[in-house]
Amino acid sequence: MPESIIHTEYLCRSFGTIKAVDGLSMDVPAGIVFGFLGPNGAGKTTTIHLLLGLLEPTQGRARVMGFDTRSQADEIRNRSGALLEFSGLYERMSAEDNLDLFGRIYCMSGPERKARAKELLTHLDLWDRRKEKVGNWSRGMKQKIAIARALFHHPPLVFLDEPTAGLDPVAAAALHADLTSLVANEGVTVFLNTHNLAEAEKLCAQVGVIRNGKLIAIGNPDELRSRNSLHKIEIIGSGFTEETLTLVQARPEVKQAEIQNGRLLIELNGGNIIGPLVTLIVKSGAEIEDISRGGESLEDLFLTLMQEENQ
Amino acid sequence: MNDLSTMIWKEWKDFLWSGGYSDLLRPLLNIAVLGIILPLSFGQRWIDLDSAPVLIVLFVPFMFVILIISDAIAGERERHTLETLLASRISDRAILLSKVLVAVAYNWAVTLLCLLLGAVVVNLSEGLRQWEFYKPISLFSVVLVLCFLTTLLAASGGVLISLKSATVRQASQTMLLGLIILALAISMAIRFLPPGLTASLTTSQIVLIIVLVLVTLDTILLVASLVSFQRSRLILS
Repeated sequence: MPESIIHTEYLCRSFGTIKAVDGLSMDVPAGIVFGFLGPNGAGKTTTIHLLLGLLEPTQGRARVMGFDTRSQADEIRNRSGALLEFSGLYERMSAEDNLDLFGRIYCMSGPERKARAKELLTHLDLWDRRKEKVGNWSRGMKQKIAIARALFHHPPLVFLDEPTAGLDPVAAAALHADLTSLVANEGVTVFLNTHNLAEAEKLCAQVGVIRNGKLIAIGNPDELRSRNSLHKIEIIGSGFTEETLTLVQARPEVKQAEIQNGRLLIELNGGNIIGPLVTLIVKSGAEIEDISRGGESLEDLFLTLMQEENQ
Repeated sequence: MNDLSTMIWKEWKDFLWSGGYSDLLRPLLNIAVLGIILPLSFGQRWIDLDSAPVLIVLFVPFMFVILIISDAIAGERERHTLETLLASRISDRAILLSKVLVAVAYNWAVTLLCLLLGAVVVNLSEGLRQWEFYKPISLFSVVLVLCFLTTLLAASGGVLISLKSATVRQASQTMLLGLIILALAISMAIRFLPPGLTASLTTSQIVLIIVLVLVTLDTILLVASLVSFQRSRLILS
C-alpha cells in the first residue's frame, strides 16, 4: 500500500446552510496524478482550498504531506504548488519575471532561479518568448506558464484546478502532453480537479468522484469502470429484430435491453452467465459476430454515478 | 524581511516599472503638475510655502496613492492574482506591507522630487538674482513629514476600502468620496474650533497636534488593515 500524501477524515465545509464539502474521507497515494471529478459546484475548488489550508474545515480534519491543514497550513503551502481556477499570472510582467517571482517567494537563489526558468521554459518551448509580457499571450500559453510556475520550486505535491478549462481541443491536448511529461520528469503528485473526463481518463492513475460535496466513488479508473460495467454486454452482429429484443427482455436475468446502431446492448440484473442468452439470440435468427463485456468509458461511469445519486 | 523585499520587487515590476514607456506616464504627470505647472502659477508663494501650496502638496500625492493602492489590492483581486499569491508560502503581512510601503515610498519620493524641481522652476521663472530655497526650511521639513503621514493615511485607509470593493473602479470611487468627506469634516472642525484655542497655540504646537493626530490615525488604520488582510477572509471575498 503506497503512502498517502493526502488524508482526509470526514472533512466538511459549510457556507451558511450550503454544505460545499460534506464528510469527505479519502487517501491519495504519493507519486500519482489523482483526478478529482465532479460537475460544477460539486465542491472541488473548496476541497483544494481546504487542503491548502486557505479555508478552515467546519468539521473533520485533513493531513497533507503529514501536516495538519488547520495548524500547519504554512508548511503545506511551503511544500506545494498550485494552479487555481484562474492562471493568476501577472499580465504586465514577462513570463520570465512571473517565474522568477515564485522562485523568490520560495527562497531559491538567483542562479537556481535562472537555471530552473531555462529548464522549464525550454521544455515548454517558450524560452524564446520569455521576455514577452504574458498579457498578450493565448490562454493555452498562459496555462503552460502557470503550470511551470506551480512546479517551479520542485514541490512534491501540485494542485491543479481545471487547468484545461476554456482551452480548445488542440491547446488542451498540447497541455496534456506537457503536463504528462513534466509530471514524469519531476516525479510529483498531482491533485487534478477536473470535469473533463477524457482528461482524467488520459492522465489519472486514480480518481475520486464528488457530487454535492460528497465523495461518491474513488479508485482506479479501470476498476471503477469494470465495477460498473461487469453487468453490461454489447453484442455485435446482424438480424437483431424486435422479436429478438422481446425475447431477451423477457429473460429474468435481463434488467434492460436495446438495439442501438445495429448492436444489441444488454444490462444484466447481476449475474455473469450469458450462455443461455446467446443461445436464445441465435435461435431467434440473429447472427453474432462479437460479444464484449463492459467497454464503458469514464464518462459513462460518471453519468451513471450522477444518475444513481439523483435516485 | 526576505518576503517583504520579494513582494516589493513584485510591486515594482508589476505596477511601477514593467518595462514600457507607458510606465513613465504616471510619474511624469505627477511631476508636470506638482513640479512645473503649480510652481509656475504660484511663483514666489510656492517657495515661501504659503498655505495654499502646502495644502496642494499634501493633497496631490494623496490622490495618486488612492490610484496605486486601489489597483494593488482591488486590482489584484479583480485580476485573480491575489488567490495564487495566497496559495503560496508568502505571509499575509508581507503582501500587505509591501503594497503600503511601495505606494507610500513611491509617492513620497516623487513629491520630494517635485518640490526640488518646483524650487528650480520658481527660481528660473521669477528670475531671482540669488538662489532661493523653501523658507523657512523647518516648514519644508514639516511638509515632508506631513506628506509621508498623509500618504500613509491614504494607503492604509485605501487598503480597508479596497478590501470591501469588488473592482478597482469601485475602490477608487469610494476612496475619492471618502477624501471629499474627510476634507469637509476637517474644514468644519477648523471652523467650529473656539477662536481662543487656535490663538493661544503656537505654530509648533499646532503642527505637533496635527502630526500626533495623523500618527494615531495611521496606526489605527494600519493595524485594522493588517487584521482585515487575512487569507481565510480574502479567499472567501
